[in-house]
Amino acid sequence: MLALENVTKVYRTGALGLRKLIAVSEVSFEIGEREIVALIGESGSGKTTIGKMILRLFRPTSGVIRFEGKDIFSLRGPALKDYYRQVQGVFQDPFASYNPIFKADRVFALIREEFYPRIRRSAWEQRVEEALRAVGLNPSDVLGKYPHQLSGGQLQRFLIARALLLDIRLLVADEIISMLDASTRIDVLNLLGDLRDRGLSILFITHDLSLGYYISDRSIVLYRGRIVEMGATERIYARPLHPYTEMLMESIPRIDGRWGATSHRVERSAVLPGAFGCVYYPRCPIAQEICARRVPELAEVEAGHFVACHVRGGASSSAG
Amino acid sequence: MGSRSELLYFAWLNTKVRVGALILALFVILAIVGPLFARHDPNAYVGPPAHPPSSEYWLGTTTFGQDVYSQFVHGLRATFIVGLLGGGIGTLLGVCIGLLAGYRGGMVDEILNMFTNIVLILPTLAVLIIIAAYLTVRGILVESLFIGCTAWPWAARAIRAQTFSLRAREFVDLARMSGRSSWKIMFYEIAPNMLSYLFMTFILQFGGAVLIAATLDFIGLGPTQGISLGLMMNNAVLWAALPLGMWWWLIPPGAAITAIVGALYVMNVGLDEVFNPKLREL
Amino acid sequence: MALRVENLRIYYRTLRGYVHAVEGATFSVGDGEIMGLAGESGCGKTTLGHSLIYLKPPMAYIEGRVFLDGRELPIWDMDRMNEFRFRHISIIPQYAMNALNPTRRIGSLIADLLATRGIDFRQILPELQRRLDLVQLSQEVLKRYPFELSGGMRQRVVMLISTLLNPSLLIADEITSALDVSTQRAVCEMIVEFRNRGFVRSTIFITHDMSILYQIADTILVMYAGQLAEKAPVETIFRSPRHPYTRMLIASLPRVGARQRVERLKGIPGSPPPLLDPPPGCRFRDRCPLAFERCQEPPPFVEVEPGHFVACWREI
Repeated sequence: MLALENVTKVYRTGALGLRKLIAVSEVSFEIGEREIVALIGESGSGKTTIGKMILRLFRPTSGVIRFEGKDIFSLRGPALKDYYRQVQGVFQDPFASYNPIFKADRVFALIREEFYPRIRRSAWEQRVEEALRAVGLNPSDVLGKYPHQLSGGQLQRFLIARALLLDIRLLVADEIISMLDASTRIDVLNLLGDLRDRGLSILFITHDLSLGYYISDRSIVLYRGRIVEMGATERIYARPLHPYTEMLMESIPRIDGRWGATSHRVERSAVLPGAFGCVYYPRCPIAQEICARRVPELAEVEAGHFVACHVRGGASSSAG
Repeated sequence: MGSRSELLYFAWLNTKVRVGALILALFVILAIVGPLFARHDPNAYVGPPAHPPSSEYWLGTTTFGQDVYSQFVHGLRATFIVGLLGGGIGTLLGVCIGLLAGYRGGMVDEILNMFTNIVLILPTLAVLIIIAAYLTVRGILVESLFIGCTAWPWAARAIRAQTFSLRAREFVDLARMSGRSSWKIMFYEIAPNMLSYLFMTFILQFGGAVLIAATLDFIGLGPTQGISLGLMMNNAVLWAALPLGMWWWLIPPGAAITAIVGALYVMNVGLDEVFNPKLREL
Repeated sequence: MALRVENLRIYYRTLRGYVHAVEGATFSVGDGEIMGLAGESGCGKTTLGHSLIYLKPPMAYIEGRVFLDGRELPIWDMDRMNEFRFRHISIIPQYAMNALNPTRRIGSLIADLLATRGIDFRQILPELQRRLDLVQLSQEVLKRYPFELSGGMRQRVVMLISTLLNPSLLIADEITSALDVSTQRAVCEMIVEFRNRGFVRSTIFITHDMSILYQIADTILVMYAGQLAEKAPVETIFRSPRHPYTRMLIASLPRVGARQRVERLKGIPGSPPPLLDPPPGCRFRDRCPLAFERCQEPPPFVEVEPGHFVACWREI
């Protein structure tokens, strides 16, 4: 359904725009029907940038993003609106997503104005009520209020309801849980699972591995703009292959076991990360000489499980 | 929910806003009602020359025997009109250009920026002198237009900066994902969030226009007919009002301009505190 | 007892009246104890933490007493508290790593701070250098500006500064929330290290992230809507909590190993009551599946077994 092909995003910074900041580097992956894909990465990994590119808010520097085979950046006019009818997003900060001077319902009114200009009022109200109930909100509790009168959890669900008004097929959820309280998090998460069961695909962007494990079918691990590991969630968590994934798994605070002794804390003087060698080279405990010279390719080590690593990457390491 | 009334409450509570608004209101009332009490035409020679304030001529007379009070209140009206028109035009231009440059960015921003900078460094006085040379008859409208068209750059800059920061906010992204066109986003999403900023910009433009108009009138580049506070001061100085002790001719217009512009600026500072909760003292 | 708090009541003064942020908190933190202060946003944990060291408007001190190492802390008096701040009680505020003055070098920042306490920088320098080594920061850091350091490094610098004079009590307010997973772990391990080496006697670690507390805290104090719900050793809180709120909270935490398709976790429906005019009695009443008539009366925070305090009529 959605495919990214070698997508790269480079920002120009510095006084005359001479310095380059590589946010996303040659990322390729696909999202199919009815699946939740977790995009996992810490700050600086490029995960939010990827989400925003999929939502057509940023333009990639190179590479193509295809939806149903068509390049989304070539869409104009009605075709573009059609894209947004099928692909929508929800962001991290529930309060920032609302224009503070208007009531929260306005986000629904915008959808109506742009996508259903001729619908009758009663039909629209019914649609809105259905969408609200589908996300577990009581319409009489939340309609007609200002954003600051609702809680974070309610606002996030409101936004998901907004997306549902459009018959979407793909929802980009960028850290939508992180600003919610512990008691509401799990409910919103369960909601995403229910939506998946009803036919929706979700790109779940997060830095929290336990959330990713709970909800996703496949996981993609990003480090500094590159995919380092990709595959079925259970496989990745049971048998992490890339040293970065291993480090992540070790470092997340768990409630079923204490942190063990730190296995590695390496800091090599960085050799232009991302430009010439493996992007994880400066911190990698198992790095070898080739890692500083060549960017490792994403190789399939077992069915559906990909790793970009010279040492653990199976096929590419033997050829290297 | 009360956020509007809360704002008004704070606005009233704030001493600066209260005092500034009162002073301004005083002068506005004077400008509206005053001329009704003026018994003489401002520029007509009606009375004994250089006469101090009396029951007949409330603010005395000029060297030529013109009624200073009549000049004063008519001049107030003219000053306010220029302030409103000139300030209004300046604000409108600044807002439109600032919004467009801030929202579109890229090439549009570069071009508009260049344009803004050019107008900013124009030697307005020189241009005005040239215009004055060609337009031998000038009215208040022309003066307001001129002020408006040369005072907008700094407002455009400020609005552009605000737009830049607002445009990165997530509710703008949401509007884009709802398929809204750029114009709708600029005027319906971004501008309403800058209302306090826009308001304060207008106040400053108003005050600035009054000052510029007074300056222009003072050096003789103002309207060729009618009367204004600046023109009064011009005449007063020209005819040596102060050395001759005719304080009633020079002081009222000067004091009025100082008071009006001062009140506006003080209100502005106060409004900043009102709109920005963090600056409030509770 | 390093810290003893008795019946602390802190409200916020607003236009519409008092917000009951902390309502009668009574607890103690022992010597060498790392107590986690947990709860959702708006529960009052940050207010409680800040009131112990920097009680400024709009916070209003209503009643209560605080004792540190047997001496009473005059928390309502900002000037008199100065004598205690930084020396005996210290705080690492939230977002501190972003609040370093960008125009000063780290070294001169520290020197200034020490000078306000009447301490000569040069006397402290050897100890400072030892601690820099301990947290794996190079000595060069003292000559750098804050923007030259990474987020993790800045956080470590802030932690170092706050603990330089070996305070009896350290309050850490959400120090891990903006950090990456690997830095989070390093920061947490540092808190434990500080305690182990005696740089800090007791610590109050404020966070909403329960799993971090599982890793480093000795005891956990759970707050809800301004009231204390439960305090117990960390294993007890996680394995056998007694307050309904704690139970439901623990049950809603995703752990690596739990998948939605296999075992569906449940959240707590509803939301906390408004604190402007809070309902009487137990504030968890409306969301509690075990609520009954007695809950209209505020339950006392009592010790139901050694070291385990609960405020719930069902458990007393």
